[in-house]
Amino acid sequence: MTVRYSRDHEWVRIEGDLAVVGITDYAQKSLGDIVFVELPAAGKAIEAGTEAAVVESVKAASEVFSPVSGVVVAVNEALAAEPAKINDDPAGAGWILKMKLSDRAQFDALMDEAAYAAFLKTL
Amino acid sequence: MTDEPTIPQPGDALARTPLHALHRALGARMGAFAGHDMPIQYPAGIVAEHLWTRQSAGLFDVSHMGQAFLLGPSHEATARALEALCPVDALGLAPGRQRYSQFLAEDGGILDDFMVARSPEPDEDGLLALVVNAANKVADFALLRARLPAGVSLLETPGRALLALQGPKAADVLARLDPAAADMPFMSARALTLAGARVNATRSGYTGEDGYELSVAAGRADALARALLAAPEAKPAGLGARDSLRLEAGLPLHGHDIDATTTPVEAGLAWSIGKRRRAEGGYPGAEVVTRRLAESPARRLVGLKLDGRQPARDGAEVAAADGKTVGRVTSGGFGPSVDGAIALAYVEAAHAAPGEALAAIVRGKPLPARVVALPFVPHRYFRGGK
Repeated sequence: MTVRYSRDHEWVRIEGDLAVVGITDYAQKSLGDIVFVELPAAGKAIEAGTEAAVVESVKAASEVFSPVSGVVVAVNEALAAEPAKINDDPAGAGWILKMKLSDRAQFDALMDEAAYAAFLKTL
Repeated sequence: MTDEPTIPQPGDALARTPLHALHRALGARMGAFAGHDMPIQYPAGIVAEHLWTRQSAGLFDVSHMGQAFLLGPSHEATARALEALCPVDALGLAPGRQRYSQFLAEDGGILDDFMVARSPEPDEDGLLALVVNAANKVADFALLRARLPAGVSLLETPGRALLALQGPKAADVLARLDPAAADMPFMSARALTLAGARVNATRSGYTGEDGYELSVAAGRADALARALLAAPEAKPAGLGARDSLRLEAGLPLHGHDIDATTTPVEAGLAWSIGKRRRAEGGYPGAEVVTRRLAESPARRLVGLKLDGRQPARDGAEVAAADGKTVGRVTSGGFGPSVDGAIALAYVEAAHAAPGEALAAIVRGKPLPARVVALPFVPHRYFRGGK
């Protein structure tokens, strides 16, 4: 499995030596229509559990906490014009950023799909 | 008007409106709002519900709002009792007409804002119908009970639901059920018979669009809502869309844009205080309001149009070009019809003219914004004719 999930409803997917981060379908559904995404600058170092981006829905602003530590190497520039991509395809075209992981063990410690599905049932 | 979502305390049961089962059946996402379990949005989502209301008709459940009648021996007696508590011209309210006003504190602060309608029926002379904000209804009704003179009484009607059908097609939908709906002018009231239910209708709302608010007995509400939603023009809309619609319409929300620390003058509501009441006074806060009407206020509630899509929300500071703080956002968000970020903010009068370049500070970053004339989206009320 190369996709893992956090309790804050972010997903992380390993692509080569990079980690792609986005929010889950559950997260986009609870936020509702997303109208703006504040993205970090490429090159920014982010610690696991700290704010990586801010997703704004019609109703409220919501922080995206990075589940893993690393350095941002790319952000999804398409979200500037079409933030609703996160609603339409949260696990694909709605990705938020790509990082160079500093500690793969942080990724391995996250929930796999089955564990996340079980976690959602507890909410 | 309406209010702050409330956080229920453990053990508190949220009140349910007569349409609760319908909301669930429609797949609504429910949320706590002023002690009520209310639909925030339906599966279509806030943006779609908002845009549908602007182009066709949205049906909102606003049964959480406070409804009551003031009953007195004559229109004059009831009107004078209400006038003692707020700056409305109730005496001059013709049968079947509705007005907007505010309950004020002695210092001119706004305790709540509300709508008042005079019954069109000659045999109901002396009856005024009030609709107040959900979050303030307990306080409002306590104030009324404490201050009403002998002979005028308050009759709360918690057994009535309130539905709002809003949008340019609302009149078409209602006129098919009762043709009398079509001719009602903006801010008028009359009884309609809709899907077998007797409904106290007003032609008004909180979206800036043409539309109606329909007060109906709780037991008839579900059937009425289903009959309205059977019209192809009508779709359900939740409190999320109601908030974005009223923000675009520049309509203040009590608890955010107006509260006990703001007077009607700086809130831009002086239009709701008629000539006679300005001259005569005789309501709580009259001295302060009269003084503020004569001076120009130190700060004013203005519209801010941000350059981009990033919203500035309630509490964001507003800065002038030189970086000095000159105001604060009281409501802000994304306007789906404007297709951009908009806000209402109190701004020092020197910086409140349309065109003024300001910035809203969001997470430490200045977002360029401009003062614009309200509303953000033109009102489209029905003034008669066609």
